[in-house]
Amino acid sequence: MKTSELIAALAADPVPEPIRLGRRIVAALAIGFLGSLAIYFLRLGPRPDIAAACDTMRFWLKFVDSVAFALPTFLLTLRLARPDAKPGALALWLVAPFILLAAGVVAELMIVPQSAWMPRLMGANAMHCTVTIPMLAAPVLAALIVALRAGAPLHPSLTGAMAGAAAAGVGALVYASSCPDDSPLFVATWYPLATLICISVGALAGRRFLAW
Amino acid sequence: MSAQPIKGPLDDPWSRMMTAAIAGDEGAYRRLLEDIGRSVRAMARGAFARAGVGDADVEDAVQETLLAIHLKRHTWDPEQPLAPWVYAIARHKVVDALRRRGRRKVEPLENFEEFLAAPEAEDPHALSDARKLLETLAPRQRDIVTSISLDGQSITATAKRLSMSEVAVRVALHRALKSLGAAWRRSIE
Repeated sequence: MKTSELIAALAADPVPEPIRLGRRIVAALAIGFLGSLAIYFLRLGPRPDIAAACDTMRFWLKFVDSVAFALPTFLLTLRLARPDAKPGALALWLVAPFILLAAGVVAELMIVPQSAWMPRLMGANAMHCTVTIPMLAAPVLAALIVALRAGAPLHPSLTGAMAGAAAAGVGALVYASSCPDDSPLFVATWYPLATLICISVGALAGRRFLAW
Repeated sequence: MSAQPIKGPLDDPWSRMMTAAIAGDEGAYRRLLEDIGRSVRAMARGAFARAGVGDADVEDAVQETLLAIHLKRHTWDPEQPLAPWVYAIARHKVVDALRRRGRRKVEPLENFEEFLAAPEAEDPHALSDARKLLETLAPRQRDIVTSISLDGQSITATAKRLSMSEVAVRVALHRALKSLGAAWRRSIE
């Protein structure tokens, strides 16, 4: 086929229903979030001592940190979906959740005696946390990957990984009120491990489904 | 893009043509694709030459870029100029084409903008993989693509000949182009 012939076929192809890529990805986030909440209410529910927990800074740091991680990773996912994307200054916001968490860890190390460090780090439910966050992230990641298929990312694995990170942020946010462990030592150890699982799955899914 | 400063985001000819195309102007779309094809061809020839690869596959890279541009039109943000978006897709596809020829380390391509000024004509003897890929389509889809591209028939004439409604022909054409893009991708992997 000559190029002029291909152009004839392309020009004859009618204008499709316009796809609003950004809107689609935001809608996917909303749908995935609802799915995550459904799992939360069906399988987890808030922890029994939630009223007491609300009085501590440690408890709220988990929410703030999840949002601080989910927000820039999601906005970067939106950008990476387009071929002419430039991450720009947005990428700098990725350090915010780490600084926040590091500050929490330093404060905890100063307040808590050394003998309590290890027990706090291990917490009561490390395995449960590492498994549950990816489970809550799964509907978000799945919805994002489906929506991103309409995009044209130049780096499919990276885009999938970023979507996985955003999904992990949402998963951690939903999980936070169920998780009985609040110590920043615990959060800084097991939440990132769960996030790494989501990022790896996202990268594989991106490689598999987002190439074009 | 040009020596004159660009006043608004949509002030350059390519962005204007794409905006018209999205609004349904088939002629503008055809002219735009021809324009882009010439620029991508010049860029691909340069890249192939610098990679030490003969330019037998240049036309493939051009056609793959045009098809990708068509299928991914909606990823262009109309607030942004079109050329950088086109360049990103073209670069991606040219690098893919070179990788297929075993060139793992591909040098970054030079500035696309300079090719906008020096468009090159298509080599009339260049045949591409697209004809081979057409074989992978379902018979009805292949018939429709061939009818419109190779034989230059209109949608209306094609619909009449195949006793289909025009809408059905349009839908089949769109599906066929999408499967063509997918077949192309599989041929790379």
